[in-house]
Amino acid sequence: MSMTAPPAPAPISNDPGRAWRIARPLAGIAVFGSLALLFGGVDVGVFALRVVLLVGLVVLAAALLQGKTRKFFSGPAAYMATFSLFVLVVLAIFATEISPQNPYDLRQLSIMDGRLPPGSTTFDGSMTFHLGTDEQGRDILSGILYGLRISLSVSIIATLIAMLIGVVVGIYAAWAGGRIEAVLMRIVDFQLSFPSILVALMLMAAFGRGLDKIVIALIIVQWAYYARTVRGTALSETRKEYIDAARGLGLPSWRIIFRHLLPNCVPPLIVISTVQVANTIVLESSLSFLGVGVPITQPSLGLLIANGYGYMLSGQYWMSMYPGLALLAIVASINLVGDRLRDTLNPRLTR
Amino acid sequence: MSILDVRDLQTHFFTDAGVVKAVDGVSFSLSAGEVLGLVGESGSGKSVTGFSILRLVDAPGRVVGGQINFKGQDLAKLSDREMRALRGNRIAMIFQDPMMTLNPVLRIETQMVEAVRAHDRVSHKAARDRAISALAKVGIPSPTERLAAYPHQFSGGMRQRVAIAIALLNGPDLIVADEPTTALDVTIQSQILAEVQQLARETGTALIWITHDLAVVAGLADNISVMYAGRIVESGPTDAVLTAPAHPYTQGLLGSIPGHGRRGERLTQIPGMAPNMARLPDGCAFAPRCARVSDTCRSSAPEITTFDGRRSLRCFHPLVPMTSSA
Amino acid sequence: MLVFLLRRLAQSVFVLIAMMIVVFFGVYMIGNPIDILISPDATPAEIAETMTRFGFDEPAYMQFLKFVGNALQGDLGRSFVHGESAVTLILSYMPATLELAALGLFFSVAIGVPLGVYAGYKADRWQGRAIMTGSIFGFSLPNFWVGMLLILIFAVELRWLPSTGRGETVEVLGMRLSIFSENGLKYMILPALTLALYKASLVTRLARAGTQEALMQDYVKFARAKGVSETRILLVHVLKNIMIPIITVLGLELGSMIAFAVVTETVFAWPGMGKLLIDSILTLDRPVIVAYLMMTVIIFIFINFTVDVIYTLLDPRVRVKGEAS
Repeated sequence: MSMTAPPAPAPISNDPGRAWRIARPLAGIAVFGSLALLFGGVDVGVFALRVVLLVGLVVLAAALLQGKTRKFFSGPAAYMATFSLFVLVVLAIFATEISPQNPYDLRQLSIMDGRLPPGSTTFDGSMTFHLGTDEQGRDILSGILYGLRISLSVSIIATLIAMLIGVVVGIYAAWAGGRIEAVLMRIVDFQLSFPSILVALMLMAAFGRGLDKIVIALIIVQWAYYARTVRGTALSETRKEYIDAARGLGLPSWRIIFRHLLPNCVPPLIVISTVQVANTIVLESSLSFLGVGVPITQPSLGLLIANGYGYMLSGQYWMSMYPGLALLAIVASINLVGDRLRDTLNPRLTR
Repeated sequence: MSILDVRDLQTHFFTDAGVVKAVDGVSFSLSAGEVLGLVGESGSGKSVTGFSILRLVDAPGRVVGGQINFKGQDLAKLSDREMRALRGNRIAMIFQDPMMTLNPVLRIETQMVEAVRAHDRVSHKAARDRAISALAKVGIPSPTERLAAYPHQFSGGMRQRVAIAIALLNGPDLIVADEPTTALDVTIQSQILAEVQQLARETGTALIWITHDLAVVAGLADNISVMYAGRIVESGPTDAVLTAPAHPYTQGLLGSIPGHGRRGERLTQIPGMAPNMARLPDGCAFAPRCARVSDTCRSSAPEITTFDGRRSLRCFHPLVPMTSSA
Repeated sequence: MLVFLLRRLAQSVFVLIAMMIVVFFGVYMIGNPIDILISPDATPAEIAETMTRFGFDEPAYMQFLKFVGNALQGDLGRSFVHGESAVTLILSYMPATLELAALGLFFSVAIGVPLGVYAGYKADRWQGRAIMTGSIFGFSLPNFWVGMLLILIFAVELRWLPSTGRGETVEVLGMRLSIFSENGLKYMILPALTLALYKASLVTRLARAGTQEALMQDYVKFARAKGVSETRILLVHVLKNIMIPIITVLGLELGSMIAFAVVTETVFAWPGMGKLLIDSILTLDRPVIVAYLMMTVIIFIFINFTVDVIYTLLDPRVRVKGEAS
């Protein structure tokens, strides 16, 4: 099966900037290609694809930080967050390989193993449930690993698509100006004046449960953030004289947009999207907790917590506690990394 | 008897680009009721000297050496608490920009009463009365009503008067005024100068007047110290320094004042730019801009020499004969 | 000032109309309420009769016009489930949510402002960094999980506070409130803390940024030159300056607090309008959903308006500009 070339270590050259310029697009292609294939449901070379995905992500992250690592790693929190984010991403990507059990496969579950405390073994002693089981006899650890994957992929996909829409709308508004801009920004303001949880809740109520539906809902609630940010950055850029000069020279609009406007929007976008992925994970888990999120058959971390909630008061804490800790770990790592990124890339952002 | 005696003051700024010796061995003394003009270009360390006396240098700056003897005690050795008891009480300060020194969201009354009550355990009423009389002293009309106002309801000149009134509240022995008239209109500038001079004379308060403008201190100061690149290069009685400057830099400053030389004469300018404080040359810091520079100036820095009994100088090539050096 | 108020009012009306359209057609898409209104084995005739009775057989735009007409008279329909007027229903659940949000807001200021001011004062020291890292955790903790944890610790393990539900209520100004009774307050503490956590982190960050900026200002240095104590500088000079942006932001966040109460109320079985909304969504009780959204919009508009007024009162500079115009 042919696939994109893995981003081999960049050729040794005297100019590290050049090596990164080659490595970055390769890594990008590797990430998108492997993601597309994985979600497309291929069943050949899945493990290799996951390795490609992980390597691609690491190269992208390294490319982002090249030359700024010292500023980024300015304290113990930055190291810890980066390390824990890396571990959690690896766990999510290789959940299938690592998990002791496939929690989606009902044949592997036995109701006899239901609600066992951490450290128990199966009825026949063939497997140990390190973090206990839920009411259906699902291994909590496996549930967490699979749930982590669901939570991460739902929010990353939603964030990326929302970002794409936001960039298009924001650039278009800034470029077009006039009435188009006014109308678009009114819509953005209108949407942003309502708390995202409320909008998402109503959308999910209308759509019903489902992975695709929650992704759509999460896109709808966040595209406006990006549109506003991109428009702001693009606007301050279009006011600069060289853009007028470029327009005066008759350079095609797409060239000005792609060469000048877009690159300036990238640092704030990276920072916002990092934080947004974390927010989106929380939002998704809240919706799932409320019973309008992911389907019961594919529980995210939020749904796992909700499932265990009923048993919490009777002292069977593990069903909710451990998924909650996993959720906290992933969200906190992303937020801490995002916080460091904000300081490192230093786009003119508040909050 | 000297009220303030600064000996070899060193204030350094520890920046990423290296250590900046903003104040590098400054010494001067001041007796009660005396007005000292501390003159220099921006970046010469004159403001940092003023802030060092009150121990209000912001990070990354720090007073790293020297003594600041105020009425017999070394301020550099006081605890934060003891220092705070002196600030605004025995030593007051007036800042450069009156638009920024008053807190925009607090009434004048609050800002004045707290200055009194930080040092005297008096009633709010008594503190308020003192504030009213201080405002009246600096020429603010209907002070009782104005107390209730917010800073933005005053003009720049009026705000600086309020700041001066705050400095006067506790009858300090010393006021450090950091370019207090620079941000004001010329007419208001001279009014305030005259008033401050009168107040200092009446109350016997010693005054350090920091400025970049020799003309401002000409009619005000008893003595002048000229600072360049963190050091005092020349000091002495105002008349003597202004009529017969000994340091080429002082002469340069005088030459750039309009109306000082004869009519029709061109204004002279000191060539070159203010030095980069992070990378000062070896030898005399003024050497790169000096017309009388020699090889000695470039290799070694001149020491302080005293002459005429009351004047001192840091230069190898003085403009006046250094007679009767005691 | 008057012009300003009128313009704001016009904007609000516009938002309200836009919301009506969005809400109505949005909610119109939610499920088929007929399914829960009558038993599954009803005859087609019965179904048709019910459809007519509730007006479901009419085209969407007709239903909308009727809805607008009724809404203008303060009638947002009758709850399918409770059989009561939806507005009355929401209004009877509203005090519980409002007092929860108010206490949550109070907690977030009481926790966030001191932490933020201290973090700003010690910005380059470990204390400041620790608080900032901590605030990131505050941002990251999922609301519902915090609630569960608090229940586990304070209700199940320590048995200091009740776990779920609402305690005693006292009738104040025609509203049933529990904030004024000791028993009721005990029930409120955990949910209000849960609700406050996220905002407390936000306030901490705002207060820190504001403090750092204020400390660099000349007026702080001048206050120091006056001999004013550091405590007074922080508590009077800095605090008064940073409270203006904080109150503005918090006011605007009160709306999202009410919205987020949906989650908290579910965790704590708190009988507020958030819980009512979730229950209505799960039972497809359209009129209640619509009424909730419309009431929330009105609350938001009211809050934004109030924030502007408070802002004007707090900042003497704005106030004078207002007087001059």
